[in-house]
Amino acid sequence: MVGATESPNQATKLEVRDLSIYYGDQPALQNINLTVREHEIFGIIGPANSGKTSFLRVLNRMEMFVPSMKVKGQILFGGRDISKWRNVYALRRLIGVVFPLPVGLPLSIYDNVSLSPRLAGIRKRADLDIIVEKCLRRAALWDEVKDRLNSLGSLLSGGQQQRLTIARALSQNPQLLLLDEFSIAVDPVTTMRIEDVLKELKKEITIILVTNLVQQARRLADRTAFFLSGRCVEIGETEQMFSGKTEDPQTQAYLEGRFG
Amino acid sequence: MFTATELNIRNQKIERRVKLLFLLMTILLVIPVILILGVLVYEGGPLISVDFLLTDPKDGMTAGGIFPALVGTIWLVIVALLVSVPIGVAAALYLSEYARDNWLTRVINLAIINLAGVPSIVHALFGVGAFVLFFGFGTSILAASLTLAVMTLPVVIVSTREALQAVPQAFREACWNMGATRWQTIRHVVLPNSVSGILTGVILEVSRTAGETAPIMFTGAAFFLPFLPQTVLDQTMAMSLHLFVVSTQVPGVPEQLPFSVALVLIAIVLTMNSISIAFRIYLRGKKKW
Repeated sequence: MVGATESPNQATKLEVRDLSIYYGDQPALQNINLTVREHEIFGIIGPANSGKTSFLRVLNRMEMFVPSMKVKGQILFGGRDISKWRNVYALRRLIGVVFPLPVGLPLSIYDNVSLSPRLAGIRKRADLDIIVEKCLRRAALWDEVKDRLNSLGSLLSGGQQQRLTIARALSQNPQLLLLDEFSIAVDPVTTMRIEDVLKELKKEITIILVTNLVQQARRLADRTAFFLSGRCVEIGETEQMFSGKTEDPQTQAYLEGRFG
Repeated sequence: MFTATELNIRNQKIERRVKLLFLLMTILLVIPVILILGVLVYEGGPLISVDFLLTDPKDGMTAGGIFPALVGTIWLVIVALLVSVPIGVAAALYLSEYARDNWLTRVINLAIINLAGVPSIVHALFGVGAFVLFFGFGTSILAASLTLAVMTLPVVIVSTREALQAVPQAFREACWNMGATRWQTIRHVVLPNSVSGILTGVILEVSRTAGETAPIMFTGAAFFLPFLPQTVLDQTMAMSLHLFVVSTQVPGVPEQLPFSVALVLIAIVLTMNSISIAFRIYLRGKKKW
């Protein structure tokens, strides 16, 4: 079940052991085992309701906001069991999240990006200026908004807002970036721009990309996992998977668009 | 070619009638408001002057102005607000942002709804027992305002909670994902975006507080006092009680006087409401999503 080529020289960023997620008694995800390596884009594909979003949610312990959600198994982030982190806020700062629909906070563009550093105790305007510019540049948004940093983030177009969300996630200085179907509300041109951004980001951080678009996974992911009905059917090198060497016929069927 | 069937025509007729019915009901609703205001302005208007507002009542309250009552009402409202707003907003923040949906929360919610349903005269008696006698504040502004505060707390809590819950959950999730604590999320995102709703609720509460009579009758409002209150432990006159007194308790009051007092009281309330509405419009213009 685990991908064939585990290269030992690449450090493990995230390790998931026997992870199961339940909503009440209803299982959403069962017995997931996988590892995500440092500086890779790890794709997760699968039809709706296969547990992809629930998976992302537990990685930064957001399950605690959903009373019915229960998690079993172990998640090691940088070698440390996340359930044993004393300060979940510190954990969440290390993990940036981008949602399917862009959430521009009802603040100015500047404040959208500077909020997280400010919460972390950075007070000096000059320091914040540097962070804001850097993050907006990395999210390929700086040139479009540099003259109106004080206007509302929520007035930007959908594609710009999604890049603003990415800039905001980057402002946390995360080690891991979780993207949940980021291109759902974004036009194709912007999607391509964001994809280029992700390829660049990969050099510095680790990315988990949940996507409905099989071709997007193909373009971006180094390795891809296929989730189906709460189970992880297969994990493999993306190129191998798409060249027809799948271990499971269901994966092959999904990739060819025969269901899902 | 499309031709309307029997059913289409019938539906259209019903649609027109239903709309007419609702329109009539709406007009019906407006009539009493206009009548009340019209009568008050017609009967009470001529007596109102700056003098009326700024002089003491004279001749056994059959003449003169309403100054002590006006000042007293302002005292009562402000002290009541100082108590009920911090408590109410804090409670609403807890219920909306922190509390989990368990039996305790449900019991608290039920208690709030019931508190809102308690008749004001019962609040008055509670106020006498608790604040006047037990805490020993005597009949005073403090006792009366605390009684008013207890009575209006549910309104503050409910309106504040509604304002808080109007802030989309996605904003909170985004903040939490960033590593913000609940308080940081409240301070930076939830409160700034719900403050208009909260203030609207508070101002509406002011107008209600200003008009209440029963809760202050036994706890701090005086029949007649020729001087202004100096501290919160003094008694005071109040507009609402003064209206009650000049309408029913004192012989020989000129016919227009109660109308004038009522007009001033209503003017205070309407002014408050207008401020609230204007404020709401202003802040809605700045709405950020």
